[in-house]
Amino acid sequence: MSMTAAATQRAISPGAERPQIAFSNVTLHLGGKAIVENISLDVRPGEFLCIIGASGCGKTTALRLAAGLYQPTSGAVTFDGKPMLMPRRDIAIVFQDYGKALLPWRTAAGNVSLALEASGMASSERAVRIDELLKTVGLPAHAGKYPAEMSGGMQQRLQIARCLAQEPKALLMDEPFGALDAMTRQGLQDEVLSLVQASDATVVFVTHDLEEAIYLGDRVVGLLPHPGRIGIELKIDLPRPRDQLTTRENPEFLRLRRELFDFIKASEA
Amino acid sequence: MIPERVKALLLPVATLAILEIWARAIHLESDSLAPPSAIAIALAEALRDGSVLAATRDTLISAFAGLLIGGAIGLAFGIGLGIFHVADRLMEVTIEAIRPIPSIALLPIALIALGFGYRMEIVIVGFACIWPVLILSRAAVGGIEPRLIEVSRALRLSAADRIRKIIIPAALPRIFLAFRLAAGIALIVAVTVEIAINPIGLGAAIMTAQQALRPDLMLAYLFWIGFVGYLLNTGLVVAQHHLFGPAALVRDSA
Repeated sequence: MSMTAAATQRAISPGAERPQIAFSNVTLHLGGKAIVENISLDVRPGEFLCIIGASGCGKTTALRLAAGLYQPTSGAVTFDGKPMLMPRRDIAIVFQDYGKALLPWRTAAGNVSLALEASGMASSERAVRIDELLKTVGLPAHAGKYPAEMSGGMQQRLQIARCLAQEPKALLMDEPFGALDAMTRQGLQDEVLSLVQASDATVVFVTHDLEEAIYLGDRVVGLLPHPGRIGIELKIDLPRPRDQLTTRENPEFLRLRRELFDFIKASEA
Repeated sequence: MIPERVKALLLPVATLAILEIWARAIHLESDSLAPPSAIAIALAEALRDGSVLAATRDTLISAFAGLLIGGAIGLAFGIGLGIFHVADRLMEVTIEAIRPIPSIALLPIALIALGFGYRMEIVIVGFACIWPVLILSRAAVGGIEPRLIEVSRALRLSAADRIRKIIIPAALPRIFLAFRLAAGIALIVAVTVEIAINPIGLGAAIMTAQQALRPDLMLAYLFWIGFVGYLLNTGLVVAQHHLFGPAALVRDSA
């Protein structure tokens, strides 16, 4: 029960804290075309922010800006008050295409190890940490398997384990469950919620699944397409921990879903 | 059912049999042809007295040394140009100007500079091996999954780690393929240099047999060179299969 209270507290904590990730008037042009325009957005430490929007609205671009993989044409992205000029090791990115983001020539343990090697951890300490991380994501028996020998859900868990190995302050997730079947997806949603709860990481989660956004998020931001800009912002005051059945049946959940659905429809019109 | 391999042997065996019958029927006496049986005997003799093996050793030393040196140069440039697009554009004209020079055209210069022997042959083989490895490894590096590069950026891998842990392993199957192609070229060029001028190895042995009016021995060497080339390629294919699995073969032999 205390966990619920803490989580609720977290969700509605006042915005007095300095934002962890801050977009101020961010515009990005790629190839002479505005991809996102004038986005201003603050993400508080520990917040779970979901970004939704029709395809082509720049959701993924926004995430890449937050990651430091892109630099804005104008405006600024800051992390803990410092400008994001390049990626940081304490910001982890979970890519949608896990099959491409994992190293096919390394085992599950080797893939997790890559992040530990990057942070300069001594090889003698790695094995223990790798075991812990694989256990955390539910893959303790698969350390010696190659990604190609694992299911899609397992590969995505592995990518998440590699990201957790970075001990991230922020986790940026780009439609991480978009390619997975519904059952696997729901299981992973709950796992991500409990992992995030345990780590206190800030999460920015891009998805095209409106229900997923409401189910996971403390806040949902909807982008309008061509060029991408913020069109709607909803606070999600659903109780935590969330539950696949009761949360999704909550009248507030249904109201929010309706609101987002109408937003997407209007934005595509 | 007759196994495929046995069926595949049918045509060469039949051809040899017909040639043998034909040669005996017309009592072949030629400076350029010999019956298969005479070729087989010549080969057996040359194998027994060690001359074939000594020549093979000389040719393979030059071919492999050239392959290693030229391949290493090609690999270093290929990876460098694959990573740094600016350098690639700057070097493009230079490379495209040097690359079409037939390696064998370097023979006169190499001969003056280095004289007869291994060194001259190794230089020419090396020159020939640079290009396939450079071009293919550059393409291999350029074709690496961009997501992997982003992963290495997100993890802030150092440049050395990025090359060592991401780029080389990702490009390795195709780099190996490049070396396989270059190995074939190395053998061709080595034998060519020996036939043209260098008095060592299998190429020189063929020339000696020709000048001694020994068509049987000459053809025996010809057959033997083909056999060495076949063994070389088979060995590399097996190694490739073993190292990278069947997927690498299917994907890269295309």
